[in-house]
Order: sequence, then structure tokens, then C-alpha cells
Amino acid sequence: MGAFFDQYLPTWLAYTLAGLIHVGLIINLVAVGALIFIWLERKISGRIQDRLGPTRVGGKFGWLQTLADGMKLLTKEDLMPEGADGFLFRIAPYVSFGASITAFIAIPFAGGDYPWIAQRVNTGVFFVIAVLGLEVFGVILAGYSSASKWSLFGAMREAAQVVSYEVPLGMCAVVPVLLAGSMDLVVIGDQQAGWFTNWFIFNDPATFITFWVYFTCATASVNRAPFDLAEAESELVAGFHTEYSGLRWSFFFMAEYGSMFSVSILASILFLGGWHGPIPIASLLHVDGTYFGNLLGCLNVLFKGTLGVAIMMWVRWTLPRLRIDQVMATCLKYCTPIAAVMFLGAALWQYALPGRNFFGLSRAPAAVYNVSEGWSAGANAAIEKSAPVETVNAESPTPVAVVLTQSNRGG
Amino acid sequence: MATVDDPRTIEFDVRTDEMLVNMGPQHPSTHGVLRLVLRTDGEVVSEITPHIGYLHRCAEKIGENLTPRQWIPYTDRMDYLAAMNMNLGWALTVEKLLKYGPPEKGRHLRVIISELGRIASHLVGMGAYGLDLGTFSPFLYAFREREKILDLFEEACGARLTYSYLTVGGATADLPPGWLQKCEAFLDELEPIVDEYHALLTTNAIFIKRTAGIGVMPQEMAIDFGTSGPVLRGSGVDHDLRRDGEETYTAMYDGYAFEVIVQKNGHYPKDHDYPAVPTEAVLGDCWHRFYVRMLELVQSIDLVRQAIDRYSRSEGSYGEPMKLNQKLPKGEVYLETEAPRGQMGFYIVSNGEAIPWRVRARSSSFCNLSVAPELCRSCLIADVPAIVGSLDIVMGEIDR
Amino acid sequence: MSGPSFVDQLKQKFGGLITGANLENIDPWIEVAPEGIVEVCTYLRDEPSLAFDYCNSVTAVDYLHIDEKKAAKSEWQPHLEVVYHLFSMQHKHSLVLKVIVPRWSGEPGVLPEVPSVAGVWSTADWHERECFDLIGVHFTGHPNLRRILCPEDWVGHPLRKDYEMPLEYHGIRGR
Repeated sequence: MGAFFDQYLPTWLAYTLAGLIHVGLIINLVAVGALIFIWLERKISGRIQDRLGPTRVGGKFGWLQTLADGMKLLTKEDLMPEGADGFLFRIAPYVSFGASITAFIAIPFAGGDYPWIAQRVNTGVFFVIAVLGLEVFGVILAGYSSASKWSLFGAMREAAQVVSYEVPLGMCAVVPVLLAGSMDLVVIGDQQAGWFTNWFIFNDPATFITFWVYFTCATASVNRAPFDLAEAESELVAGFHTEYSGLRWSFFFMAEYGSMFSVSILASILFLGGWHGPIPIASLLHVDGTYFGNLLGCLNVLFKGTLGVAIMMWVRWTLPRLRIDQVMATCLKYCTPIAAVMFLGAALWQYALPGRNFFGLSRAPAAVYNVSEGWSAGANAAIEKSAPVETVNAESPTPVAVVLTQSNRGG
Repeated sequence: MATVDDPRTIEFDVRTDEMLVNMGPQHPSTHGVLRLVLRTDGEVVSEITPHIGYLHRCAEKIGENLTPRQWIPYTDRMDYLAAMNMNLGWALTVEKLLKYGPPEKGRHLRVIISELGRIASHLVGMGAYGLDLGTFSPFLYAFREREKILDLFEEACGARLTYSYLTVGGATADLPPGWLQKCEAFLDELEPIVDEYHALLTTNAIFIKRTAGIGVMPQEMAIDFGTSGPVLRGSGVDHDLRRDGEETYTAMYDGYAFEVIVQKNGHYPKDHDYPAVPTEAVLGDCWHRFYVRMLELVQSIDLVRQAIDRYSRSEGSYGEPMKLNQKLPKGEVYLETEAPRGQMGFYIVSNGEAIPWRVRARSSSFCNLSVAPELCRSCLIADVPAIVGSLDIVMGEIDR
Repeated sequence: MSGPSFVDQLKQKFGGLITGANLENIDPWIEVAPEGIVEVCTYLRDEPSLAFDYCNSVTAVDYLHIDEKKAAKSEWQPHLEVVYHLFSMQHKHSLVLKVIVPRWSGEPGVLPEVPSVAGVWSTADWHERECFDLIGVHFTGHPNLRRILCPEDWVGHPLRKDYEMPLEYHGIRGR
């Protein structure tokens, strides 16, 4: 978008304007998303528990309930404990919320030649996971500055848990990167174009298992039940946000829902084809690459992300909470080794059955084939033949995939 | 407090400063106004000290100024989740002093009502234990069924929480027409739902991880601390006052077929299709206490069914209540009954007037809670709600 | 319940420490001298034929007529009775023990002393604390004799017959 404005405006103004538009869109996405997810969570938990959930505010389904609660939170007194460290106490929610929305910068909502993304980062996977990990700082600050022992317990738990779960989470995210040969989320998404058989989750047994490990670790790293130890209302009153009230508290809430959404979208891009649906509607209608096609893709991503969030809610309202040592054991004894073995499995599978996907039953589309072949012996010839790969993205930043294959060819 | 020589003391490689944390009296999982002072080393709790009395209403002193029937409403407020059983305990104690036995029909009515009370109480116990472990849904499922019992109680006596229904002499009123059919319909509805509870909690892998092997109470300790009810039976002590109690109480269950829910020779009664005991569970741990409660739920369903059958076949009076200012004979009696949470004992000293000289309530939760400091040695913070929750205490009964 | 046989057995064993018994009451009881209560209780617990391993309750009763007319007609002198309800899990039989002490030891305000049986049954720990709190019996040798139901700084023992509710407690009106 910056490039677009650059044609009409001075460069500094063009990029500032583009940046502001992106920030506005992302904040809206997270805030409105949280609004919808909180409503959704109430409805889902209500139905799971044989209740109706909100029914009054905003008409039939109570869909304005969250907004009404938001108003209430705005008008609440902003309390701070006497012994609290004022500056840190005040800044903590914004750190969390900031980290949560920053992740969306590098998340694409539609791919193709003109991807819908605020800033294309050629190490997108790395960036998103790293930034999401920053959310824990807000939580630790909140716990440390609250002058409450319960908050401190919550913060320490969160620190231990999130830092540990970053390891298997990262290892799981590496598997699709391995298949795609790129860390660029746009490239990863576009390599799964076509039918659902091209999704990385169905690429081989290893990726299938990796997806579930990823989902478990993602649930843990965003502090959702059964891993919600940092809040653990039956043990720690409310954990790290015990002393927060009003709007500051709701920032933590929005941050939580924001990161739930971003890890779900990340899951959908890494494993579930991102904007490429189970059925390639856009290409069947011959609209792929157009604005309408991108809109369909965007809806697809949002739908998959929402589905992931809904599954997290389903899990939350069904399972009891684990204990801190059990959470750590799950991470270090199960998730990390499984992720490591699956990484190896995926690599070996690629080596043994190059260019095949859907558990080796069908042939991968050319894009995937070319890149993943890059690791095997027959790669050079394949890439020589499909020279257009290099010219496709002449305008956009050079995809890492191509860089990798080139270097491979050289060596 | 655990000392270095104490074999229960666990040596940790990292020792940090100990911290005193107040859990309660305002805390989501202390079942009311219990205050626990935790001495923690990080996440590890080395000692807990319960502080009680926040709900003390001096019910015993009030009892010295009222006639036994006037005191019935105060028994309601002891274990407010099983008020019917409290009424029954007090009524039977006064009847023991009066050497009075209720008529046949009244006896079966009491079984119906007190066993329904037990079901309602165990439902809350189960749901609240789910809350302690961080799952919210079973709580609402439990309340859904409990509401139906409360509806039945409301129809019988007009109240939903503090009934004052079973009273000295019998009950305040007979069951209304059509009530038995509704009750039977409810039992038919409840029985399959118990499997749902087992699926959500009893056999859930995380639930087993959180409760099996946690807070293990050996038999000797259970007896030494005077625990009772599911807490005692969860430790494998074969003792149920409905079978082993005094004549005044066991006469009520005369002719009823039921097996005491306890693990004997390595297995529980097999009269129903209960889920298997997981291999991780140790006799006397939180899981067993919970399991006994769940099995008693089914047992009570059976007992109510039997009682409905007998009640509908028996004739005559349901037992008119005693006069409000009935003179009590001189003497003193003590009687314990098997309330849902354990043995609820009442002690009356009478000097021959209508108002007793001294009234005493020995509550089961009081004794059950006294064992908590022993169980919560060197456990994690998350185990404290799990252990205290498995004792299923009600503060109204502890503080009286 | 077989009260008489217990009495004979205990009298044989302890002689003078068993000060009396009431076998006509619905729940017969045996009176024990205060100084012998721990010894008797330990015996009751450890003797296999008795095996009273379960303590139901420890409580006390205050005997005092506030009304002077009634006091004049009374058959007893003012005193306190500490009552122990025991049960045997093994034999399923029960027993009531009583210890009779004066209302005050020496001058008013000094609590009467009874040896603690918390070392015999752990149940007695909290029950004796409650008894101390509400009725005012000092259990000597108790590991942690603090108030349990009333606040730590409460004055008086509410279940005493001559107890008067304080007019004020930390600014809260008492009546």
C-alpha cells in the first residue's frame, strides 16, 4: 500500500499514511474480534452448560452484550493497590495488548501476487512466534508490580509455562517451514493452494501429528484451559490480573483473545491451507488473484481462525485444569520430544517421497514440488525446467523459497 | 509442622524464602468463609493452618433458649446443602430422649426425604469439586439436577433451602398427591445422567491426574481424626451409621437393602456398572473420596426407590409433629446420624423442662477439616483446593 | 451398649480414678477423676477388647442456675461437666465419659483445668479448642489451645450460663 501512495504523495507521507491505515485495520480486527469472541465464548459456554448465554442486549442473540460490558468497564474506577509499582502496573496491560496486536502485522489474510498483509516479512513465522512470546512480559510486569502474592504466583507460573512452551511450539512451526522451504507465511500459504489434499496437515503422518502438538502448545502458550494456570481462579483468585479493574483489566482480556486468534490463524496458514479452502472456490470461479478472490480467501482465513478459537473454548469448558508440574511435564516430556521426532519424520518423509502429498497418495502441485525437491537430489533439474518460479515475484520482495533453491543449486 | 527428621519432609535442592499467603476468607475455592494460611516455598506448600469461625452464630447458645421444635430452623442453617438431613438428625435425637418411634409411613417418608437430600448434597459436592479443579460445566450440570430435587422439596414443604420439614414426631406435612410419581420420574431421569458425570470427572484423564494419589489419608489417620462419611469410607473404613449406628437411627433403614460403599478386599460393591478404579489411585486419596460420593449417589437413588415402594404400601399416619412446648424427660442423650458429609451428632441435656439445658452439635465437616493440615504437607498450591475440596466441607456446619 | 460391664472393668483397673457412673440414663456414662482421664482414655483406646479408637465429640456442660429461686431448689452445686463420646470402629460399641470439675479453679476468672486427650485422639484437638473457646475449660497439655470459633481477642466464654454479651466489640454494637 505504501508503494501505491508513493505514486501520488511524498514518500514519508505515503508510508506514514499506509502505516496508519494498517494499524487502524489491525486494531479494529483485534478489538472487534475480541468483542465477537467474548460473545461467542459466552454463547458456546452457555450451550455447553445447558444454558442460553446472553439473550437480551442487542436483540435476539445478545450480540451486543460484550459492548455493554465494555461500557461498564470503561466507567469502572481504575483501582491500584497501595503498594503497587505505579508505572509498571499501569504499563503492563499495554505491553500485553501491544504484543498481541503486533503479531498481526506479519499475518497474511490472503495470498497470491498481491497478498493482504500489513507488512510482508520474509521470516514471518519467526516474527509472529517471537512477538507473541513478548506478551508474557506484560503478564510478568503485572504480577510483579501488583503487590499481591497471588499475582506474583500467577506471573511466575506464566513465565515458566510460556517460556517452556515456546520450544515445542517453535519446533512444530518449523515443520511446515521445512515443507515449504520458506519462512514467509504468504509462500507457505500459497503452496497449499487447491484442494484440501494439498494442506500441510495431510502431507504425511508426521505433519498430521505435528498439527495436534502445535495446537496443544498454542493453547498452552496463550494460557487457555486446561493450561490457564496464570489465572487459575480456584487456586490463585485471578492470578496475575487479581488487582486489575476496569479498562486495564479488559486490555488483558483483549490481549488474550487477540493472541488466541493469532495462533489459530497461524495454525490455519501453517497447516490448514490458510486462504485456500478445502474446495478451491476462487479458482473454480476463475476469480483467484482478483479482489473478490482475495476477499474469499480472507473470509476463509477468518473462518478457520474462528474455528480454532471455538475449539479452544470447547476444550476450556470441558476439561479440568492441570497442575503446574503436570503442565511442565506435558511440555518437556511429551510435546518437545514428539515435536522433535515429528520434525525428523517430516524431513525423512520428504526425502523418501519427494513431490507427493496427502500421505503420499497424490502428487504435489508444481510450486510445492519445486521447492521441496530443492532438498533432494533431483532438485536441480526440476528447478532448471520450471524457470518461471524466479520471475513470478519480480515485483514483490524475493521469496525466501527462491533464495533457498538458488543457493542450493549453487552448492 | 514437618521437621527435618520427619520422613514426610521433602528436601528440595533450591530453598528460597518462605512466604505466608492468606487463602480466604474471600477466595473462590474455600467453600464459603474458610481462611487457610499457607506457608509456601514457591509453589510448594509446607504447612496450612485453617482459621474458622467466620460464620459462627452460636447456634448452641440459641438452642438453650428454644424448645427443640423451635430450634429446627437453626439446624437447617448448619449444613445448608443438606438441611433435611440436619432436621432429621435433631428430630431423631429428641425422639431418642422421648423414647418415641415414628409410625411406619413416617419412617419411609423420612428415608425418601433424607436420601433425596443426600443426592442433592452430593450433586453440589461433585459440582463444586469440579470447580475446585478448574472445570465449570459439571457444576451447572449438577445444579440442573439439584434444582429438580429442590422443586420436589418445595412441593412437599414450601421451602427450597431451609426446609424445617422433618421434625420431632415425624414431618410437618404428608407428601402431596402425585408427588411420588414425580419423584420416580426424576430418579429415572437422574440415573443415566450419572454416567455423564463419570465421563466428565471420574474417568477424565486430567481429573485422575489431579486427584489420584493426592492427599492420601491412611485408615488409622482417618479414624484418629474422627473423620466420617465419604471421607472415612474413602480411606477404606467400613463404617456407615445407616448400618452400624444406634437403634434409634438404624430402625429407620430396617428392611432396606443396601451395601456400604467402601473398598473391601480391593473392590467396591458391584451392584451397578461403575467405572473402574484407575491404577494411579491410592486408597484414601482425593479420587477415592470423590468416587465414594459418586457411588453413594447411585445408592441413594436405589434407597429412594425402595422407600417410595414401601411408603406407598404403608397406611396410617405419617407422624404428626410433637407439640411446640412438649416437656422433655430428664436425662441426656447423644445421637449421630449419617448425613451426606458424615456423622452429624446432636447432644441434648434436659433437666425436665420444655427447653433443653444444653444443646450441642457435633458436625462432620468440623472433624473432616481438622485433618486438612495433615494432608496438605509438602503439596503444591494447586493441591490445596483439590484436597480441601475433596473433604467437601460446608462452613455453616463447621462454624455453627 | 453395655455400660455396666465397662464400669466393672474400669473400676478393677483404675479403682479410685473412676468416681461414679450413671447406668439408668438412656446413654449410660462413667465419671472419671480429672487427673485420671488421659490414663483411662489411653487404656480404653489400646485395650483390644474395648478398642475405643474413635472419639465422636468432646464437649462440656455448665451447671449453674442464674435464677436464685431455682438455685435454692437445685439438686446440684454449680459445676462443669466435660463429656467425652467414644466409639469403637472394631466392636461398634460406644461409651460416654464425664469429668466433673468446679466452674472456676480457685477464684472466679481462673479456668478449671482438665488434662488434654488430644494425644490420645487427634479429634480431641479441635474439639477441646472449641470447648475452651465456648465454655472455658483449660485443657492442660493441649498442643495449641487457642480460641477457634470466636475471634482471638474475644472476652468470656459464651456457653457459660452466666455469660453476658459484650455491649461493644471493636465498635460493633453487641445488643
